[in-house]
Amino acid sequence: MLSGELRRASLLLLALTAGSTIRAGEPQPPASGGAGVLDAPILDRLVRGDSRQETISALVAAGNVQALPVLRALLEGNLYLGETVLIDDGGTLRDALTGAPAAVTVDQVEKVPINNRLRRALEGAIATLSLFSAVPAERLAAARGLQEDPSPDRLPAVERALRQETDPKVKEALRGTAAMLALNSPDREQRLGAIEELRKAHAKRQLVQHLAAEHDPEVLGALRQAIASVDRALHRAALVGLVFSGLSLASILLLAALGLSITFGLMGVINMAHGELLMVGAYATWLVQAAFRGSRFFDWYLAAALPASFLAAALMGALLEVTVVRKLYGRPLETLLATWGASLLIIQAVRVAFGAQNVEVANPSWMSGGVALLPDLVLPWNRITILLFSAGVLVFVWALLSRTRLGLLVNAVTQNRQRAAALGVATPRIDLLAFAVGSGIAGLGGCALSQIGNVGPELGQGFIVDSFMVVVLGGVGQLAGTAIAATTLGVVNKLLEPWAGAVLAKIAVLAFVILFIQRRPQGLFALRARALEE
Amino acid sequence: MNAASVAMAPTYAESPRTGGSLFPRKVWVLVLGIYGFLVIAVPVLHLVVPATSPLHLSDYAVTLTGKILCYATVALAMDLVWGYAGILSLGHGLFFALGGYAMGMYLMRAIGRDGVYGDPILPDFMVFLDWKELPWYWHGSEHFLHQALLVVLAPALLAFVFGWFAFRSRIRGVYFSIITQALTYAFMLLFFRNQTGFGGNNGFTDFKRILGFPLASPRVRVALLVLSATLLFSVLVACRALVLSKLGRVLSAIRDAEDRVRFCGYDPVGFKLFVWTLSAAICGIAGALYVPQVGIINPSEMSPANSVEIAIAVAVGGRGTLLGPILGAGLLHGAKSFLTVAFPELWLFVLGLSFIVVTRWLPRGVLGLLWREGKP
Repeated sequence: MLSGELRRASLLLLALTAGSTIRAGEPQPPASGGAGVLDAPILDRLVRGDSRQETISALVAAGNVQALPVLRALLEGNLYLGETVLIDDGGTLRDALTGAPAAVTVDQVEKVPINNRLRRALEGAIATLSLFSAVPAERLAAARGLQEDPSPDRLPAVERALRQETDPKVKEALRGTAAMLALNSPDREQRLGAIEELRKAHAKRQLVQHLAAEHDPEVLGALRQAIASVDRALHRAALVGLVFSGLSLASILLLAALGLSITFGLMGVINMAHGELLMVGAYATWLVQAAFRGSRFFDWYLAAALPASFLAAALMGALLEVTVVRKLYGRPLETLLATWGASLLIIQAVRVAFGAQNVEVANPSWMSGGVALLPDLVLPWNRITILLFSAGVLVFVWALLSRTRLGLLVNAVTQNRQRAAALGVATPRIDLLAFAVGSGIAGLGGCALSQIGNVGPELGQGFIVDSFMVVVLGGVGQLAGTAIAATTLGVVNKLLEPWAGAVLAKIAVLAFVILFIQRRPQGLFALRARALEE
Repeated sequence: MNAASVAMAPTYAESPRTGGSLFPRKVWVLVLGIYGFLVIAVPVLHLVVPATSPLHLSDYAVTLTGKILCYATVALAMDLVWGYAGILSLGHGLFFALGGYAMGMYLMRAIGRDGVYGDPILPDFMVFLDWKELPWYWHGSEHFLHQALLVVLAPALLAFVFGWFAFRSRIRGVYFSIITQALTYAFMLLFFRNQTGFGGNNGFTDFKRILGFPLASPRVRVALLVLSATLLFSVLVACRALVLSKLGRVLSAIRDAEDRVRFCGYDPVGFKLFVWTLSAAICGIAGALYVPQVGIINPSEMSPANSVEIAIAVAVGGRGTLLGPILGAGLLHGAKSFLTVAFPELWLFVLGLSFIVVTRWLPRGVLGLLWREGKP
């Protein structure tokens, strides 16, 4: 008896609060009582009586997340009515409120029936309520799900969810959903606002979809303008992306060519094993990274790998200078062939030592991911790092050549060997040092390459033609020319790619360089002709 | 004063042609002896001697010999431009491959209905790519003579146009070498594309017959070998005549001091262009004979490494000697065929070392080593 009284009283209270909520039309935060919590009277109204539909609306309006399991069970036909309301949880019946297993079986209870009208209401209610779920992934799915079926009457709930939302990703999706819903609203101002919102989000697809549904000429005009503006923005983004990948390619070319600008550009040595020096640097990085693996300093292994790759390549270069290059100064064609032979030896030696397969170099964690300028335009950190690194190496080489004693001596020897020797410069030592430094810089390039590509014995082979093109195009012995040539080749190559394809773009660039050299054999920035060309 | 090119140029210039014979008698005997062996003894050993006899030459040996003869012809063509005109090409593999492709086109069309897809006109790879008709540059490829003309014209025309631009701009030395390398690299990339219409990275293969004769028959194999030997022999004689002529003297002069030649009133461009184009055409013919013997042509023939191998064959044998490159090609490719089968990981070491050893210690090549006491 007593419990019956109580139930009736609470039912009354519920009816009042639910009614007031509906009347006010202003959604309530979940914690504010009323339909915000799930209790027996609500359940009761949900499973029988004439106000089931209204109860669902009230739950939605109140943002009652606790009701979600019950609503789902009701929709899927897993809700039963016995002494209390029960949910069929994979065979066992549990109390819908407490979750405690019930001492009855399915045969002893009655399934709660639903009709099609109720089913539709339930689907909408679940979709909306999931926006307030505690699990971010569920909220995200709900926000996206609502975009598929935008009906403007869900807008208040979405806007409320947007106000509460803390997860940036879900917030982004909710904002899109809100704009989508508002786009179908009967209110013109709201539609215009939504178009503006979608334009900002570059949601071209949604805007285009709405094109057919819109009848108001003014809104239609705004819609068309918004689509055109999004198109322009996407086009700009694609261009920025292309220029970035061009610069990224340019930075790689520059790293490959900078060492060559010393050994070939200044010293006039045609080192066909230059690509293999890159490869040696990359393998040195791999070894260091393998040594650091598992250590807590792994993220900083590059600090050790940089000097290691420089030293490894510099030593290899010094060895090459002493055994081959030194004997062949002034005989460029022979140097070319002998260093080609050396490159074969290095490749084969690496293959025998480390295997013919590519080895895997793991990035430090801070290099993974990227900067998202737009949803479709992510600039990866490793490429940005290499861009900055190549600029740093450029400055390093420039400083080395123009601000150090070694640079002074290298310039003296390359400009006039006899006179430099007569003034007491140990020219063979300078040759050795300069060649080793140029090789070491190639090693730094290899270290950088290992962060973005495969590391294998044939790594350097792909760079030899390209890097000679860069040095020759830039003008032999011209550091600024080398940098500008690398940038030009990289960016032009990438800009050609969308309409010519990667291979044709590369061929076009090669053809361009070949023709350019025919017109200007001295390169872009030639100040003086080299002994080779004399 | 061109210090670099004087230093690199060999000092063993030919003596001017004095009388009747192109070669000293001893060399004639050697050359004719080898040629006679190739065109008489090899066919007999392969076709007549029964397979059970130890003297019998296997299919493999015949094909390998034919292959090496083609490489030797290319090396000879290379020696003509490098040894005598001082132009180091790192793109001669391209001309070789172009000749090969021109012949390959004919061989592909000659497959006829016997292809996997049985299309009477389209080669298999075009059917595979769902092409409906032949691209325009394949028209006429069913005629042997048409393609035989292309074998010479395609490489020669490319060499002429490229050389015309390069020599007129006075691009020499390593610059020329590097842009020839870029050229062959660019062509390799181009031929790797399926859309280019030359079978992409698979190239052409599965040939069935040439001029109606089945390629797999021993007689055709021997005929191709005899043709290759004859080509090499005639190119050798022609090149020898050329380098001993007045033209050859001018070429050697250009090699040793191009500027002085110009100051003497000669324009080096025409001379260089002639010998460069001729060399490319010879490579094309060699390539055309190479393809039916090995049964495949693909873009890897155009890789820069292949072209450098041609140069090293010349250097190993001794450049500027005509006979040396033939010897060099034989040594190099003989060693390659042996080592890549017997000791695969050793081959690149041997090849790499031979580059270094030859350039550092044997500037005159193996032939220079053999004939240290004056020329025969």
